[in-house]
Amino acid sequence: MDGVVIVGYGMAGARCAADLARRGVKATVVGAEPHRAYNRILLSNLLAGKVDETGVELPDSGGAIRTGSPVVAIDRGAQTVTCADGTVVEYEHLVLATGATAWIPPVEGLDPDALPDRVAVFRTLDDCRRILDYSEGARTAIVLGGGLLGLEAARGLAGRGLSVQVVHPVGHLMERQIDPDASAILAGTLAELGITVHTGVSGARLTSGPDSVTLTLSDGRELTTDVLVLSCGVRPETGLARDAGLAVERGIVVDDRLRTSDRRISAIGDCAQHRGQVGGLVAPAWAQAEVVARVLSGEEPLAAYQPAPIVTRLKANGIDLASMGTLDGEHHEDLRFADPARGTYARLRIHEGRVSGAVLLGDNPLVGQVIQLFDRGAPVPSDRRALLLGRSLGGPATAQVAPTPALMPDAVTVCQCNTVSKGSIVRAWRDGCRDVAAIAERTRATTGCGTCTDAVCGIADWLSAQEGVKA
Amino acid sequence: MPAEVATHCPYCALQCGMTLRITKPDSADDRERVEVAPRDFPTNRGGLCQKGWTAAELLDHPERLRTPLVEGTPATWGEAYAFIVGKIEQIQREHGRDAVAVFGGGGLTNEKAYALGKFARVALRTKNIDYNGRFCMSSAAAAGMRAFGVDRGLPFPLADIGKAKTLMLVGANVAETMPPFARYLTEQRDVPGATQIVIDPRATPTARAATLHLQPTPGTDLALANGLLHIAIAEGLIDAEYLDTRTTGFDDVRKMVAEYWPARVERLTGVPIADLERAARALSDGPAIILTARGAEQHAKGVDTVTAFVNLALALGLPGRPGSGYGCLTGQGNGQGGREHGQKADQLPGYRKIDDPAAREHVAAVWGVDPADLPGPGRSAYELLDSLGEDVKALLVFGSNPVVSAPNAVHVEKRLRNLDLLVVCDFVMSETAHLADVVLPTAQWAEEDGTMTNLEGRVLRRKALRKPPPGIGTDLAVLAELAHRLGTGTAAVRANGDPPPSARFDSDPRAVFEELRRASAGGLADYAGVTWERVDAEDGVFWPCPSVDRAGTPRLFEERFAHPDGRARLIAVEHRPAVEEPDADYPLYLTTGRVLAQYQSGAQTRRIEPLTRVAGSGFVELHPDLAARLEISPDQLVRVTSRRGEMTAPARLTESIRPDTVFAPFHFAGRQRVNSLTSDALDPISRMPEFKVCAVKVEPA
Repeated sequence: MDGVVIVGYGMAGARCAADLARRGVKATVVGAEPHRAYNRILLSNLLAGKVDETGVELPDSGGAIRTGSPVVAIDRGAQTVTCADGTVVEYEHLVLATGATAWIPPVEGLDPDALPDRVAVFRTLDDCRRILDYSEGARTAIVLGGGLLGLEAARGLAGRGLSVQVVHPVGHLMERQIDPDASAILAGTLAELGITVHTGVSGARLTSGPDSVTLTLSDGRELTTDVLVLSCGVRPETGLARDAGLAVERGIVVDDRLRTSDRRISAIGDCAQHRGQVGGLVAPAWAQAEVVARVLSGEEPLAAYQPAPIVTRLKANGIDLASMGTLDGEHHEDLRFADPARGTYARLRIHEGRVSGAVLLGDNPLVGQVIQLFDRGAPVPSDRRALLLGRSLGGPATAQVAPTPALMPDAVTVCQCNTVSKGSIVRAWRDGCRDVAAIAERTRATTGCGTCTDAVCGIADWLSAQEGVKA
Repeated sequence: MPAEVATHCPYCALQCGMTLRITKPDSADDRERVEVAPRDFPTNRGGLCQKGWTAAELLDHPERLRTPLVEGTPATWGEAYAFIVGKIEQIQREHGRDAVAVFGGGGLTNEKAYALGKFARVALRTKNIDYNGRFCMSSAAAAGMRAFGVDRGLPFPLADIGKAKTLMLVGANVAETMPPFARYLTEQRDVPGATQIVIDPRATPTARAATLHLQPTPGTDLALANGLLHIAIAEGLIDAEYLDTRTTGFDDVRKMVAEYWPARVERLTGVPIADLERAARALSDGPAIILTARGAEQHAKGVDTVTAFVNLALALGLPGRPGSGYGCLTGQGNGQGGREHGQKADQLPGYRKIDDPAAREHVAAVWGVDPADLPGPGRSAYELLDSLGEDVKALLVFGSNPVVSAPNAVHVEKRLRNLDLLVVCDFVMSETAHLADVVLPTAQWAEEDGTMTNLEGRVLRRKALRKPPPGIGTDLAVLAELAHRLGTGTAAVRANGDPPPSARFDSDPRAVFEELRRASAGGLADYAGVTWERVDAEDGVFWPCPSVDRAGTPRLFEERFAHPDGRARLIAVEHRPAVEEPDADYPLYLTTGRVLAQYQSGAQTRRIEPLTRVAGSGFVELHPDLAARLEISPDQLVRVTSRRGEMTAPARLTESIRPDTVFAPFHFAGRQRVNSLTSDALDPISRMPEFKVCAVKVEPA
């Protein structure tokens, strides 16, 4: 199909353009931000100083890209969009990937449209630059909001040497993803990283000084800081769609083929609302981008979007948290392991042999397996402990020197390369082969990879000691 | 003949040094025997596995073929040749030259591989020749070519492996497939601060001996490699100066791997982020070597998977430095040499390309033919097998057993049965020989001279201890005689009005090697300076070796890569799912591989009693949880079914495999043939089939 126009050059829009290009459709992408598309997922790395701005670039997406002039209106009758600079672009099909914007909580002294110096949201590359700018020479920071992104920002700033306080209005951190016990252990881990957590309090008033800002909390405490980062969630960017008369609830309402109430317009990513859910994560946005590309390229005109289970992952130096599914539900198995002193916590909810929810914090070697079991709805191991505690599958590979070879059954294979059993080695010894070389000559043990040499030596020594023979 | 020779094992690409001796009979009812003893050679350092120890048992085996068979009946060599030549001439007359095809093997000596390619192009004048190396390391070969401009499995000597601080093995189970190689792993573990990383969906003996085992979902190695590079970039571990001065393409790769952030890769692969980080950090901490093998390569995205690991190696600045680099562990005995001298559909000797006019001219001059008469590129192995009975009517097979080793084997077997003429040269009645119209009995390794090129690119000497038994020919003699008869009889080529080929076909391996030296001269794999005498004197000679007064090249890439600008190429590669992912009907992954006591299609090793005692039967490996769900008990017969076929074998329960995956070794035939199930989806570049992953269901038989 010709004439596909994508509004929004973020992760969803860029991906959709690339998915279309791969299928031979050249789309026009109109982006509001002045720079090329970047990888939002990696902004916390940028904040932490792990990468520079080239490290968050995305691959070229193909298609015609127009950046720096946002779309200001959609004319559904004429099938055109109008940009801020007056340019009018015709479309056969329009894809809205307008994303979401940071929500600014009602705090006295905080004007959402004119944030004071030293105060920034954490959403875009420009926001990130602003925070980094404020952090220059700063010693303290406050992050308002203890959700996933807020904690990533806190970790990044702490990694730059700032002393960080997190203010979270709910009773425990990341309340939609983890339980209070996990939150308590997470707060302990954060404390070790130089991050103090205040839960159950919100920001009430903000006062700006020349060198600092002061946040007065709902319990009356006053926190003064060099930098304040607001991370209180996002709202889908639906203004264009609403103005154009499309059905909008929390997000732009789409069906399983990601079409809005106008069949010539689709919406994907953070701005879209599918089956009552609005986005916020990259994986669903990419899956939606691909569905739209399959439909518009004609590859699969009836392709439908199937939401995949959501996994939330927080991994920054010193923090390792995975959360998925729900911790509610009656009659679910509920398995827990907690080792607060070492910052480890694991909780698994299992229903009908499948993972229905999980929180894994700290050193959980099987986190990857738990995620896959949940993701694929695959049956869990019959021994649940494996998931809570296990490190690796399978036993040791090479013949170990048993504490005493006496305990080793004769049938045990000592030399894998040549399939030599302990019994054969004992027989060789009894026939007069008293050292490794002689045993090797007779049985070929040790002549392959050589890793069983210690084991063979141990057996020979044991026989010599037992029978009082000098080797 | 000598009573003792210093030679090499007939099996894998490690080419362990061994000594063969003839022992005189002790008593009247005893007979002469051939005895094997390990030899201290740089590849095996005196080690041998049980395959090597027992290799001589096939020499006087009762099942050894001793006479040609035509339509299943013993015949003289003259009758067999007349039958073959008559059929070939008739088929080429009726269906054209390309209707006769040749299928070679990675176990053939350099001389045979070379002669086979020449035979196809000059005597048969067919474009259709390929070999089982397509099923082996072709993905790594293509990726190496693309990245470095040359493909030599290990671009450094084996000894380097023992010096790497970090060693990463990707889909390589050397403890079972190449046991004496593990001596280098033992040595490497003693390097201060050493890390050994194994990437394998199964906890193989190699994986269990490692410091760090990453156990990804089958078919996700590419995502894993991109994820490691992502972490290396994010943590500032890459070698920017090396990238700047010695490579191109990093910018695109950097943007591509930016999309492989750890949480995404963890979800795709099932490998925890913490382990990904450990691996990336270890690889950038001192000299490091990354080795891939079939586990990474036998996929419909095998070339890109290897490329992703090569990208990682290049970004860390590894290739070309001592104790560092990327390498592929070639599998078959002459898997390296076999891919250099023209038995591949698109190649001419010296790793030349058959569509390169300069290459055609050079090789045609050595062969004494007109370059215009050389055919162009032919079909890749699976595509060739898949066309049998259609436009290809005759197939000559040397050193291969595709009935067992090809993917989608039920289909391939059907194709082979549709041929008008199938000729098989072998020393035992392989499953493929069973389908043949003509079977020609040939010499074994202890009965012939020649050269092999091992996994390091080291040219080695294979030496004859004794003559072949009476009535048994050599592959070279068969090719020479067939070429002679095709050129002098009422040949199709002459019926077409063309002159008979003037090229010579020697049956003497030394003469063939001398010709190979000239044919390879100036090519990527240049053997011009290699002589049999030098091979003996120098413990083998590493190619390229362009002249006799120059040393070989143990380590490539020290100064430059083989592309014209001297730089290596990084190429952005994207992960994609396996061609056939599990679904409701076929809910499990099947992956295939090898066991220690068997080799390849098992035609040889399934006939050796000490090996069959250890591993005489196929099996299906299942996790105990999966077995419990399917109500399968240990050793119970199970049926494994894919969209292409089924197999039946006893269940083996082990916690070393993922519960969503089953494993079976591919050495076995008949009901136990796992290749009845495997997928024939091909890599777009290497044409490698996707042996390592397909979707199956399992049930009690």
